Amino acid sequence: MTSRREFLKEAATGAVVLSAQARLGLAAAVNHPAESGKSRVVVARDPALHDSTGQLDDKRVLALLDRAIASYTGRDHSVEAWKQILRGVGPDKVIGLKTNGLGGKGISTHAALVLAITERLQQAGVKPGNIVIWDRNARDLVACGLTINTDPSRVRCFGSDVSGFEDNQESYGSARIRLSKILTRECAMVIGVPILKDHEMAGVTFAMKNMYGVVDRPQDLHAGGCNPCVADLNCIPVVRDKVRFTIGDAMTSVYDGGPSFHPERLWQPNALIVGEDRVAIDHTAWQMIERKRAEVGIKTLEAAGRPPRYIATAADATHNLGTNDPQKIHLLEV
Amino acid sequence: MNVRNLKSVLVAIALVAIVALPGCKKHAAGNPFPASGEVAGWQKSDDTRVFEAKNLWQYVDGDSEQYIQAGVVTTSTTSYKYQGQLEAVVDVHTMRDADGARKILENGQTSDAKSVSIGDAGVAYAQSVAFRKGPYLVRIVAYQSTPDGQRALMALAHGVEAKL
Repeated sequence: MTSRREFLKEAATGAVVLSAQARLGLAAAVNHPAESGKSRVVVARDPALHDSTGQLDDKRVLALLDRAIASYTGRDHSVEAWKQILRGVGPDKVIGLKTNGLGGKGISTHAALVLAITERLQQAGVKPGNIVIWDRNARDLVACGLTINTDPSRVRCFGSDVSGFEDNQESYGSARIRLSKILTRECAMVIGVPILKDHEMAGVTFAMKNMYGVVDRPQDLHAGGCNPCVADLNCIPVVRDKVRFTIGDAMTSVYDGGPSFHPERLWQPNALIVGEDRVAIDHTAWQMIERKRAEVGIKTLEAAGRPPRYIATAADATHNLGTNDPQKIHLLEV
Repeated sequence: MNVRNLKSVLVAIALVAIVALPGCKKHAAGNPFPASGEVAGWQKSDDTRVFEAKNLWQYVDGDSEQYIQAGVVTTSTTSYKYQGQLEAVVDVHTMRDADGARKILENGQTSDAKSVSIGDAGVAYAQSVAFRKGPYLVRIVAYQSTPDGQRALMALAHGVEAKL
């Protein structure tokens, strides 16, 4: 098996060649015209993503990412596809990748996915030092399997414990917070790279809830099942405007007992959930968790008393962050 | 301050300490974590971190609320490695009373939990063990699944139990 170091070396030089299966998948993936007026969400799956010992196959992760992005953009050439994702962002601007490592080593955004994204960003022309992988702190990033680096000649990786938070408080509705300077001062655009989890209070944590990791006191935002705080936080202009794309890690997930790591409730959806509409993505992710809960015979989140109500709130006329209406979501499963 | 006043202050401090210390001791787990090698094959691989209830969110985010509602006082956590391969994290939650520990243990159980004889009550899964002893709730979780993982986790759990 190729080591992660070898894989990254190959990827960095563009030497990673997609398998025949992956190329066929790409061809099929791009053959889906967008339905106008609908929010496009791509769920890309690879049942063989984990090997027999449960380890992720880095090359298959890259192939899955390519398939997801190709399907979303309708472009099978990865550089062109990524340029479309990055449209409107100047060549010297900084792209942030906001991970989620709060759950610890067993249930955090996978480094293989994050590194695959950084490779594709570089191939699309983003300078290594203009990519910042970030989260709350160093421990969360290390939990993802990442290495802290502040050297601007390479892809940077550090937490808000290094950058600090703005002195000025931002507010929208119930959310009154101070934002990480990585979001406010470093990044022109942020790609959310959350991991899908059940959540003891919010019901589900994925795209929008991941933004709790960009504020100074997330504990103040948990009342009422995190509703309306999740929606309010995402309405703060710098969050709404800069966090423009989500590449959600649903390769491994916990369907109950989250957000902490519970190996007995772990499952491997082997999927990425990709798109621009954070509400549609969270709605899709929620349904994925509900299907798993039904499969193993446990209560729905509604019956368990913790439906993710913030998703509907985010879609309402006041917040208008996206849609949770299945009729308005163009869901592509590839 | 004259000598008489100073004596009064010292006596007051001593009285406060006499009254307060037993209360602290009642809820403090001391060091519940076995040293490297104290349990065969297990090496402590991380520092010990301690979170008070008000800061528990920094460690477990949304999970903190259920512990706070059950009366958590502090949570101590560290990591271990077994024979250099199996990695595990050990959380020791010190609750206000035994009832709080019982609530958390019972709430967290699923139908496939296997009862194990440890502390006042305990359950085990393939990759985790949880038990309560008095006001302490202990959870040990392995990141990998190995053939002798559960036996190794139980040995570590007994090592922690002996420290409580």
